[in-house]
Amino acid sequence: MSIIIQERSIVIPGEALAEGMDFLPGDNTYRESDKIYAKILGMVTIAGRVLKITPLAGPYVPRAGDKIIGTVMDITMTGWRISTSTAYTAMLNVRDATSHFVGKDEDLSKIMAIGDSVIVKIVNVTSQNLIDVTMKEPGLRKISGGRIIKINSQKVPRVIGKQGSMISLIKSKTGCDITVGQNGLVWIKGTPEGESLAEEAVRMIENKSHHSGLTEKMEAFLKESGIDLGDVASAPANVPNEGTSDNTNEQF
Amino acid sequence: MAYKKRFDGRKFDELRPMEAKAGVISNANGSAYFKIGNTVAYAAVYGPREMFPRFLQNPKKGVLRCYYNMMPFSGSGERIRPGGSRRSQEISMVMVNSLEPVVDLSAFPNAVVDVFIELPQTDAGTRCAAISAASIALADAGIPMKDMVSSVAMGCVDGSVVTDLNYNEEAYEDGPVSDIPIAMIHNTKEISLLQMDGEISKEKLMQAIEMAKVATEKVYQLQIKALKEKFSQE
Repeated sequence: MSIIIQERSIVIPGEALAEGMDFLPGDNTYRESDKIYAKILGMVTIAGRVLKITPLAGPYVPRAGDKIIGTVMDITMTGWRISTSTAYTAMLNVRDATSHFVGKDEDLSKIMAIGDSVIVKIVNVTSQNLIDVTMKEPGLRKISGGRIIKINSQKVPRVIGKQGSMISLIKSKTGCDITVGQNGLVWIKGTPEGESLAEEAVRMIENKSHHSGLTEKMEAFLKESGIDLGDVASAPANVPNEGTSDNTNEQF
Repeated sequence: MAYKKRFDGRKFDELRPMEAKAGVISNANGSAYFKIGNTVAYAAVYGPREMFPRFLQNPKKGVLRCYYNMMPFSGSGERIRPGGSRRSQEISMVMVNSLEPVVDLSAFPNAVVDVFIELPQTDAGTRCAAISAASIALADAGIPMKDMVSSVAMGCVDGSVVTDLNYNEEAYEDGPVSDIPIAMIHNTKEISLLQMDGEISKEKLMQAIEMAKVATEKVYQLQIKALKEKFSQE
C-alpha cells in the first residue's frame, strides 16, 4: 500500500521499492506479485505514481539522436565501421559522411582511414543494437589533434551541465575546444596546459558529480589552477545536442 | 565421537568473519572484494562487450561468462599449477548457472559480460565466496539484475550440521563429512546452486538448507552494505 524507500536514495538490484498497486514500475524496475523491485543499482526517482531508477553505473545505451565520439575500425564497400565504446559497432555510410561525390572505385581510406576519430550522430538503433550514424550535420566531423578521454557515460549530463553551463565554463577558462560524446568519450583540444587542466576538470566532475554547487566549485578550481588566458577569445561554445554551426565538414 | 565443538570455536550456525568492498579494480567496469575467514575472492566484471569467438554469440540475449581461478600460492602451501583445470572449469560453469537466473542481458544481444574471479588465498568455501563477490561486482558494473545472489557453504561434520566450513572441517577424518555449497536468490529464497559431496541424511540436508537461508541473509546484508558504501560516498 505504500512506498518503502525514499526519493533519491540509492538502491541495490532486488531491493523492494514499494508495496501495493498505488505505484507503477518505470525504467529499471519490475513488479512481482504486489511489490515493485529495483532492477539495477541506481538512484530512485518518483514521478507521480511512477517509480524510476537512474543508473549510477553501467554501459552506455545507444539512442537515436545522441552525438558520440568514435573511431574508424574498418572500411567496407559502402562506408566505415565505427567503434562506439559499447559492445556494438556503428555503420557510417558514404552518403552520410560527405556531400562530395565519391566515385565507384574511390579509395575510402583517403577520406577517413582506420584509426581516425570522428564525431557522429546516431540516426537509428535497431532491436539487435545495429547502429547507423551520420556526419552530415553541423559539428559532426573527423577530429584530429587534442586528446580523447573516457569517462563514465552516466556522468555525461553532469559534465555538460544545465544548458551546457559546465562545459562552457571549462571551455572559457581553459581555452580548449571540448566535445562530450554521449558515450562517455570527451575530446579536448587546445594548448597542452589547457588540455591537462580541462582533463583534470572533467575528471573532477566525474568523481564529484553528486556534490551540490559543483559549478561554483569548478569555477574556484579553474581560477586557482587556471592558466592566464588574458583576452584570448574562448573556444566556440558548440554545446552538445545544440548543434551550433562552426564551419565543419571543411576537411573534405 | 561426534563433532561437538568446532575447531575454531564458532557456533554451529556462525559464519566466519566477513568483509566486502565494491569497486576495488579501477580498470574494470565493476569489481568487488569478498573475504570470508581466510578465503579471499576478487571479482572483476568487464562488459557488455563484443563477444569473441563469434560463433558463441547469442543473437537473442547477451552471454554471461565466468572465469574462476585459484592463484598458485593460494592454498596450504602446495603450489597449484596455474591455468585452467577440470575443477576450475566446473566451478566457472556452476557460477554461470547460479548467476544467470538473476542477470538480465536481454538488452545486449550478441554481447558478452565477462566475470573474472581470482582467489589469492583459500581456506574452503571458494566457490561461495566467488559467487558472492561476483554478485556485488555485477551490480557495481550496472548490469540489470533481478536480485542479488548470496552464497554460503553448509555441511555436516560427523553428525552436526554446520555453517561455512573451513578447510580443517572439510578435511575432518574421524567421521563422515559432507560439504554443500548453496547459493540463494535473496527475495524468493530460490536455490541457484546446490552441490554436495560426502554423506548426509535427508533430514540433515533439509536442516542445512533451512540454516542456509539464515546464513545467506547475513551475506546479503554485507553485499548491500558494500555497494551502498561505495555509491553513497561518491
